[in-house]
Amino acid sequence: MARVVEPRVAPGVEEREHEELISGSEAIAVACKLADVDVITAYPIRPYDTVMQYVAKLVANGQLDCEYIVAESEHSQFEIVKHASAAGARVFCGSSGVGWMYAFEALTVTPALRIPMVAMVGNRALDDPGAFGVEHNDALAVRDLGWMLVWVDTAQEALDTALIAYRVAEDRRVFLPCAIACDGAFLTHSQAIVKVPPQAWVDRFLPPYDRGDLLLHPDNPITVAPQVNEDWLMELRKQNDEAMKRARTVIAEAYRDFEAIFGRAYGNPFFEEYQTADADVVLVGMGTLSMPVKVAIRRLRQEGHRVGLVRLRWFRPFPTEELQATLGRFRAVGVIDRDYAFGSPYTSGVVANEVRAALYDAPQRPPVVGFICGLGGREVTVPDVYRMVALLEQAAAGTRVAPTHWIGIRE
Amino acid sequence: MATYAVEVVYRGIFQKTLAKNITRGIVLAAVKEGKTGISFGRYGDSPERNGIPAKNFAIVADDAEELEASMAQYEPKAVDITIAVDDTLCKGVESWAWYGLQPINRLTKPGGYVVVTTMLPFEELLTMTHAKADPYHLAVVRGLPSFSGLWVYKDDHTDVRVLGAIARLKPELLSLAAVEAAIREEWGDELKVLSARRAHERVETLLVPPGTGNPETPYEFELPKWWELREGLTIPAIRTADGAAGETLVDPATGTAGGWRPARNPYFKKFTTRTMRPVVDFDTCVKCTLCWLQCPDSCFDVTPDGFYDANLEACCGCGVCEAVCPVANCITMVNEAAFTDNRSQWEMWKADPAAYKAWVQEKIRHRPERSHGFRYRGQYQEQIQAMVAAGVPAGPGHEALTEPVAHDTVEPSAGGN
Repeated sequence: MARVVEPRVAPGVEEREHEELISGSEAIAVACKLADVDVITAYPIRPYDTVMQYVAKLVANGQLDCEYIVAESEHSQFEIVKHASAAGARVFCGSSGVGWMYAFEALTVTPALRIPMVAMVGNRALDDPGAFGVEHNDALAVRDLGWMLVWVDTAQEALDTALIAYRVAEDRRVFLPCAIACDGAFLTHSQAIVKVPPQAWVDRFLPPYDRGDLLLHPDNPITVAPQVNEDWLMELRKQNDEAMKRARTVIAEAYRDFEAIFGRAYGNPFFEEYQTADADVVLVGMGTLSMPVKVAIRRLRQEGHRVGLVRLRWFRPFPTEELQATLGRFRAVGVIDRDYAFGSPYTSGVVANEVRAALYDAPQRPPVVGFICGLGGREVTVPDVYRMVALLEQAAAGTRVAPTHWIGIRE
Repeated sequence: MATYAVEVVYRGIFQKTLAKNITRGIVLAAVKEGKTGISFGRYGDSPERNGIPAKNFAIVADDAEELEASMAQYEPKAVDITIAVDDTLCKGVESWAWYGLQPINRLTKPGGYVVVTTMLPFEELLTMTHAKADPYHLAVVRGLPSFSGLWVYKDDHTDVRVLGAIARLKPELLSLAAVEAAIREEWGDELKVLSARRAHERVETLLVPPGTGNPETPYEFELPKWWELREGLTIPAIRTADGAAGETLVDPATGTAGGWRPARNPYFKKFTTRTMRPVVDFDTCVKCTLCWLQCPDSCFDVTPDGFYDANLEACCGCGVCEAVCPVANCITMVNEAAFTDNRSQWEMWKADPAAYKAWVQEKIRHRPERSHGFRYRGQYQEQIQAMVAAGVPAGPGHEALTEPVAHDTVEPSAGGN
């Protein structure tokens, strides 16, 4: 493990968290410092670049002792940390939009090698046209490949989730990479007050990374990733499948311990429920769109509409049973996708289709309405949410509503 | 309704085109008879690597619907005819497509045929070929191994001669007329038609009774279950039974222990890639270490007395050691068919130096008879006479030689299915 140059806890100093005004990206950089990351690779792309800048500053200031490698491309960026992780280093990496896509080959091999890499995806629309704004299709591209995927909506949650991600990914029962998806601009480039925990709390929460018998080291001579044929691959895929299943338990354990040590409770680790207790209809979405949705919900409730929000955090592993139990309580479910899935069932977004699939076997199966909204970084507005809820209430009343609606589009 | 499967076992690169020509020719001939078929290579093979045993298949069925039962498969589960276009393949084959050595006749059905292109007598082929529990036929098409390069093809008619032989052995699969028609269409060469006809006349067969042949039990193992496999696509380094990275050797003459034999994969030995093996004259070795250093497979064991002994379970027969050896005739590559086991040459030399010297002299006498492709200019010309004698027409304006060759030893049985 790398060593932080300063003493972690000065003798006699009380273990207390302190507040900093930092962006979501910077919060993740702070988490890297707290997690005492050994190897970080960088290649600039907006909005991910704010992380590498902040980490570079931490290294330059002597606050973090790690290998900071500027790669010549995103592909190398991810390959370098993959290998470093195989050799026992705790690693961090990240990218955005087309940069993430350029790394795709490296991204696909990482889960197969059971590399517990933690990465940040600063969500950004995929080119063309070049656009900085948030869309979730970049991170969602790896959704079937063995990456754990988690969305956050505040800088505080970004910091906390990065620590939780290391704890989950590096658990021997899991050993899978985890990407933390942060909405470009709204989260990556907005500074907010964040509670930074003391090092001692983190050390108690996050044990050292132990790769065990999979460690690539001269004292443990192994071959990694040989060529195989059809006699082997299904069994290897099954191993990843089981690791992803086990991740659900490990995630729950990690949030439980996080609450015990840090005193901050997230409730259900997989999704946040907002004003759902008596709701007739709910919206489901990921990331910072929770902000305007929550504002709209409060106003709508004053007007007598019983509406709530289910904000998904963990998209992989997908919380199927939990969502079935929760969403089955409502008369209609609206799914807001800040992404698209052209040509998919109902030409919906990715999340809407996943929610529909999850509900198919549910005992209570409310109608699902898909909303494509906020693409390319377009703001999701309170009036947008009003439109969505109006459609949802029609569906709840038994009126037939089209399965997918583009909200906030000029027409 | 009848489906026939034929496999062609060949040497990577050297016989890639030859194998394809044979399986294509089978299907084209079948089409001439109103049947249909497919020709394909085993996908997991590595036919672009020197000498690696690889396979091509031809499946012939009465119609497209019947053929479907044999499609979307890597290889048939049993074949009517196995064709080995290099006789050293009779020692068994091990390719990228599987793990462990497999007998050449593994897929051959009871009563089926193993066809070998060779100059060797039946009894020598049977010392190499693994014994089978059911009877089958060994058939021989006389000829030198037909080796080419990746970009060139030595058209010595081995392809059509094998097709002619099949028409004789399995007329219900292909008639000679269909083979001839297919050759005319594919190659437009009457001389090749004549070659096929000659091979049809001359193919020799022997009924091999159950249990006859190489008694060695080929390696078998059970593939692990998903939860038994190590995670992370990791494979631990090969160790000896004691868990060490290697072991010392014992000098049989003096009892001195020393040297080094690295632990090697007991499951994947690779020696069936070999068509030649190094024969080392330890009396002239100067211990320069070059063979040991340059061997791409690290196959040389270091002996307690400082010699380098090619471990013949691990040697692929590439010939690099011969090329780098600075001493004349100290390392000589010799036809693999001249050997029946993988014994340590150093131990043989230690046991009886004089007898070993005589053995070496005998083995290296025929040095040029085998090579990867051609070793020197004019080698093909030297081979022509032998091939003409084996039944290849000598070409326009030349009378083909027609001296008699051995006839069928046993009548083909009615076996097969």
